[in-house]
Amino acid sequence: MKKFWALFFFFWPTVAIISCVIAPSRGWWFPSPPMSRTGVQIDGLFYLILIIVTITFVATQYVLAYALWKGATKESGSKALFSHGSHKLEIIWTIVPSFILVFISLSQLDVLAEIRVISKFPEKATKVAEVTARQFEWRIRYPKPGTELTTVENPGDLYYVNELHVPTGKPVIINLRTQDVQHAFFSPQLRVKQDAVPGLVIPIWFDVREVGNYDLVCAELCGWGHYKMKARIVAQSQSSVDKYLKQLEADQNADGTKSEAAASGDE
Amino acid sequence: MATVSPALDAHGHADDHSHGGHHEQSFISKYVFSLDHKIIGIQFLITTLIMLMVGGALALAVRWQLAFPWENMPVVGQLFGLFRTEGGQISPEFYTMLFTMHASVMIFLVIIPILAGAFGNFLIPLQIGTDDMAFPALNMMSYWFMWPAIACFACSFFVAGGTAGPGNGWTSYPLLSDLPQAAPSSGSPQTFWLIGLTLVGVSSMMGSVNYLTTIINMRAPGMTLFRMPLTIWSMFITAILQAFALPVLTAAGFMLVFDRLGTIFPTDIHSVFFIPANIIVNNAAPTVGGGQPLLWQHLFWFYSHPAVYIMLLPAMGMVSDMLACMSRKPVFGYKPMVYSMAAIAGLGFIVWGHHMFTSGMNPALGMTFMTSTMMIALPSAIKVFNWIGTIWGGDLKFNGVMLNCSGFVAMFIVGGLSGIFMAAVPVDIYFHDTYFIVAHFHYVLFGSTLFGVFAAIQFWFPKMFGREMNDTVQRWHFALSFIGFNCTFFPMHLLGIAGMPRRYADPYLHGYLEHLLPMNRFITISAILMGFAQFLLLGNFFYSMFRGKKVGRNPWNANGLEWTAPSPPGHGNFDIAPVVYRGPYEYSSPEAEAIGQDFILQTVPHVKGVAKITHH
Ligand code: HEM
Ligand SMILES: [Cu+2]
Ligand SMILES: [Cu+2]
Repeated sequence: MKKFWALFFFFWPTVAIISCVIAPSRGWWFPSPPMSRTGVQIDGLFYLILIIVTITFVATQYVLAYALWKGATKESGSKALFSHGSHKLEIIWTIVPSFILVFISLSQLDVLAEIRVISKFPEKATKVAEVTARQFEWRIRYPKPGTELTTVENPGDLYYVNELHVPTGKPVIINLRTQDVQHAFFSPQLRVKQDAVPGLVIPIWFDVREVGNYDLVCAELCGWGHYKMKARIVAQSQSSVDKYLKQLEADQNADGTKSEAAASGDE
Repeated sequence: MATVSPALDAHGHADDHSHGGHHEQSFISKYVFSLDHKIIGIQFLITTLIMLMVGGALALAVRWQLAFPWENMPVVGQLFGLFRTEGGQISPEFYTMLFTMHASVMIFLVIIPILAGAFGNFLIPLQIGTDDMAFPALNMMSYWFMWPAIACFACSFFVAGGTAGPGNGWTSYPLLSDLPQAAPSSGSPQTFWLIGLTLVGVSSMMGSVNYLTTIINMRAPGMTLFRMPLTIWSMFITAILQAFALPVLTAAGFMLVFDRLGTIFPTDIHSVFFIPANIIVNNAAPTVGGGQPLLWQHLFWFYSHPAVYIMLLPAMGMVSDMLACMSRKPVFGYKPMVYSMAAIAGLGFIVWGHHMFTSGMNPALGMTFMTSTMMIALPSAIKVFNWIGTIWGGDLKFNGVMLNCSGFVAMFIVGGLSGIFMAAVPVDIYFHDTYFIVAHFHYVLFGSTLFGVFAAIQFWFPKMFGREMNDTVQRWHFALSFIGFNCTFFPMHLLGIAGMPRRYADPYLHGYLEHLLPMNRFITISAILMGFAQFLLLGNFFYSMFRGKKVGRNPWNANGLEWTAPSPPGHGNFDIAPVVYRGPYEYSSPEAEAIGQDFILQTVPHVKGVAKITHH
């Protein structure tokens, strides 16, 4: 029975590792390859940490299991080792992990700065739209074609709900805000996440590498309908975006009304 | 098993006389409004075990919805008035209430009070060799303040006519938790929740003041700081954390209550600590204010990060004691163990921002918080290595206590390692508020703390009731809980990597999550298995209380002072006032051998003819 329990502690980390190894092929992994440049970097850092963590996991779990195995196979009645510890070991297992942890920290800094520090945003990034979260939808405001996006609404701005069109292949900036409670802008394929904090306008930037539709969901509890803040990010060539905006402008003007109500529809 | 050390042989008969000088007490003052730390500890223990089942039931309802979205709940769906309106279906409002109350019950009514309240109370006076807490009346109040808190949490389920309990998460971020119009749950249920939270805080605060005073002032002669069992060190450090962090949460709670004054009595007057201007919620008039919602997050996490260690450190201490005893070896690196707990506590105060990496706070702060968070993994790692060092080469006893303690170490490794992903800001940008976090904190809070508690219940049960628990049942309970636990929570890492956000009533609405339904079913089935396994523990607990095999003072052949007292100790604990001559972990030492044992009680004076050990 003793040996059974020791084996038990060998067994479960093995199952855990196997399930991680087969996970990508079963679809239990990232929803898609990273579709933005910062996403590529984030995934790189993830895999770096994954390697370090996996080695540590395997080593510590198997050493633990082996210590149990040694105890299980010890002749019964034989005396336990009498030791209060080892100064040398303590030094080793303090210094080595601290170097690894500092290394991991330092390796994050550049990417973090690139994603979040506003003065480091790509110079040619253009402000394409303002995204306003509200219970439970995403309201998009584009500047009137040919003008710049500002934090206040301007006549001629274009409005739409739950669909954000962005050009591919170049960095874009989104102004993120919320009309009511806190939400979070999360696009799993683009690896972008930023809270929309009441009272603040927070710029975020990303570049989409390929044409396609990507999910935009809410990642901060915002009420009962939190799960259904479903929207999509449509990434297309600049000319298609221009065409889309032109069409939107035409629709909006044909309507003859100030478009917010029309565009936002029912909730 | 019932070996009594030589030092005690002469007094072995003293069990029945321990009440000696005390007058007869009525049932009420002895078992209900008791001033005795042991009774209060056991009251806390039984209350929290019941709450554990309540919290578990709420979790299973959450799991039901994720595995069988919008399908009627079997059996319970028809039982409660709460469901009946939906014909047994969980509505989205109800779902937010389920996970909010699951977390609130588990954190505030189970984990915190079971560690500090139950084991802190029971063990501190016994392990430091004194007759009771410094302030017995305060101690009694700390227990009885739990009940109004429980009542407030219970009321919060029903005040809104049973349609919605508090549903803002245990983190209660404003404005959702601040503006009553923001959700059905943000009205009076949220207010009751906040008051309940404050009362739990009062209870904890009374406890921690008591623990600090008792540990500082009332140690038996010879019980120097570095002869204290690690359990006592952990309780001491935890009490410091509580005492310094809790006021911040209480203040933040009151600020939120003042922002919400209108939900208590009809008034338009309220503060705007967390309310900025021009917010339009549910078509209400725009808010007037100059507040800052992020302030809440800072205050909340300034408490709640230290609080996650309040929910772990005592278990770490107890596991160290139990591992040494079950390995018949001294704790490996006693002082590094103490220092690393102190480091965790110290660093614990400067890492709160790691919960806010996506909140839009200054990126320079993010870098600082990232580095400090990485550093807190270091003392955690040191502790793991020392636990493994303790087991290494030991004469291991493979009983329920040992298995649960080994489970604790194994699970803590996972929780600590997943923490590293989230401490790295860029990676956390992806993982924040996904199931990866859910996996992480269940590995530390359930996988570590609760498995540690399972071990501690069995280990100190003989001291509480003079009887032992059935070990076979305990080992079955361990196996089923451990398998159930890992099948439930390990796959959640993968759900997180797949980008599944937490707190979603129906993730499958989103195409990229549809294929995760089978995995969620698997998780739910495992969770049900794990939930039902807990009846083994409860059954064993209550059965053994009355029918378990009677045992003597020291059934585990352990070294601590508590094992020199009768089982169960009478009022006043010790029949002979203990004097301490050595540390608590001298298992298999030459001195122990010299008296023909593999342990040596802390009360045994230096054994003649054996060289003195000077390790510490
Ligand atoms: C090795 C040490 C640890 C590190 C590096 C670490 C890191 C983190 C980080 C960065 C987060 C925030 C993730 C996010 O929301 O994006 C987090 C969340 C959390 N951690 Fe840890 N952690 C560690 C140990 C622990 C321990 C020991 C406990 C409890 C005993 C714990 C309990 C929690 C809880 C409850 C949350 C989630 C709170 C919530 O959002 O509801 N962690 N951890
Ligand atoms: Cu949301
Ligand atoms: Cu934390």
